[in-house]
Amino acid sequence: MHIAVVDYGMGNLRSVAKAVEHVAPDRKVVVTDDPVKVASAERVVFPGQGAMPDCMRELDARGLRPAVIEAARSKPFLGICIGLQMLFERSEEGDTPGLGLLPGRVRRFPAERMVGADGAKLKVPHMGWNEVRQTRAHPLWAGIPQNTRFYFVHSYFVDPVDPALIAGETSYPAPFTSAVAGSRLFAVQFHPEKSHHAGLKLLSNFIAWDGRNPAAAPTPQAALTGTP
Amino acid sequence: MGLATRIIPCLDVNAGRVVKGVNFVGLRDAGDPVEIAKRYDDQGADELTFLDITASSDGRDTIVPVVEAVAEQVFIPLTVGGGVRSIADIRRLLNAGADKVSINTAAVQNPALVEEAAGRFGSQCIVVAIDARRIAGSDPLRWEVFTHGGRKATGFDAVEWGKRMQAAGAGEILLTSMDRDGTKQGFDVELTRAFSQALDIPVIASGGVGDLQDLVDGVKQGRADAVLAASIFHYGEFTVGEAKAYMRAQGIETRQADG
Repeated sequence: MHIAVVDYGMGNLRSVAKAVEHVAPDRKVVVTDDPVKVASAERVVFPGQGAMPDCMRELDARGLRPAVIEAARSKPFLGICIGLQMLFERSEEGDTPGLGLLPGRVRRFPAERMVGADGAKLKVPHMGWNEVRQTRAHPLWAGIPQNTRFYFVHSYFVDPVDPALIAGETSYPAPFTSAVAGSRLFAVQFHPEKSHHAGLKLLSNFIAWDGRNPAAAPTPQAALTGTP
Repeated sequence: MGLATRIIPCLDVNAGRVVKGVNFVGLRDAGDPVEIAKRYDDQGADELTFLDITASSDGRDTIVPVVEAVAEQVFIPLTVGGGVRSIADIRRLLNAGADKVSINTAAVQNPALVEEAAGRFGSQCIVVAIDARRIAGSDPLRWEVFTHGGRKATGFDAVEWGKRMQAAGAGEILLTSMDRDGTKQGFDVELTRAFSQALDIPVIASGGVGDLQDLVDGVKQGRADAVLAASIFHYGEFTVGEAKAYMRAQGIETRQADG
């Protein structure tokens, strides 16, 4: 059994793979674009960089969509950055349909509202270390204090329809969802692989996770059925 | 509480060693890149930047093993620049473990490179480095873009060039004052502010830091999103942690070294 890091040709996955190897030295980490290897993995990391239209196109060009959807429903699954955004129904970035696993949209930081408390302009992309408020307990937060800073770099954020999905929030300047938890999946807007000790701790928690979501509703699949 | 101002130690690397010059000349050895990178990581550096200043073309690839070795041990964002000329150069550095690549001279020679690189790898990993020098007697103040490590004038207005690079897909700007670099007289805060006000993408102030108040001035007066410094950290004058404590005491939000 191996840990699959899904590679659909968008950007550099070396950082993600190195960080997972660092926290799981006894496990085999496979960076792969092969749907069979995604399907046979014990757990799956789904990273993403660049623009969502390109990511979706490249994912489909490699025939990875069914394997990624199945993995997100059936085994411990960690989405990172665009890998979080792609789980939703649609993104404002190029008006792109996502995988539709989670109900909700991906929105751009609204230019007219990017003003800080001191009146200064807030830049987009949101780049750097910001605080994550854990909105509920989850095995992936184990040992990570409230309001720990993680490294972000993004211009779009997810807006889930179902508030029960939200596992973490960050303010820039308005609060946005920076982590979601479904029945088998956990997905974050920040980059744990670049977030120093806290990021490595989250990855280590993911490696140890049995895939159960303690706070999930009695019918945890409900969150994963998506909507038309 | 919100986004923290980033402190970015910069390592100028010549043939695999960290060096620091004054006004781009007169290099002094400052140590082993991996050792220095680990020290900064332990101190709470928010990112690290490597600038490959190796002059000889046969020494060109000496930065790659440095990046590989650092990326094995340091889990914060790594930016690498210096001599980046092509998509192949960018790919090689990203594959070595860089998270961002900074493009300077090649962006001026071939602006389409920035657009192509941002399209292929994403804006998040494309930094455009701009070396700017004050135009004597300009009023309002203006700056000119220089290339080739500060030796060659381009005739370009620096702020206009920054806007053009933003439009081409740059994810952030690494802005170095040629007048201040290596002088320890502080950032050119007018230059930094002019960029930060004109652009929507983050601006990293660079060039001239001599003490911790210079970092504060770069953020408060220059409105920099991040501050980059080399010599004050390399020679042990200050740790990154001390810099952050000083900035916090002046009301600037920074990331604590342990979180």
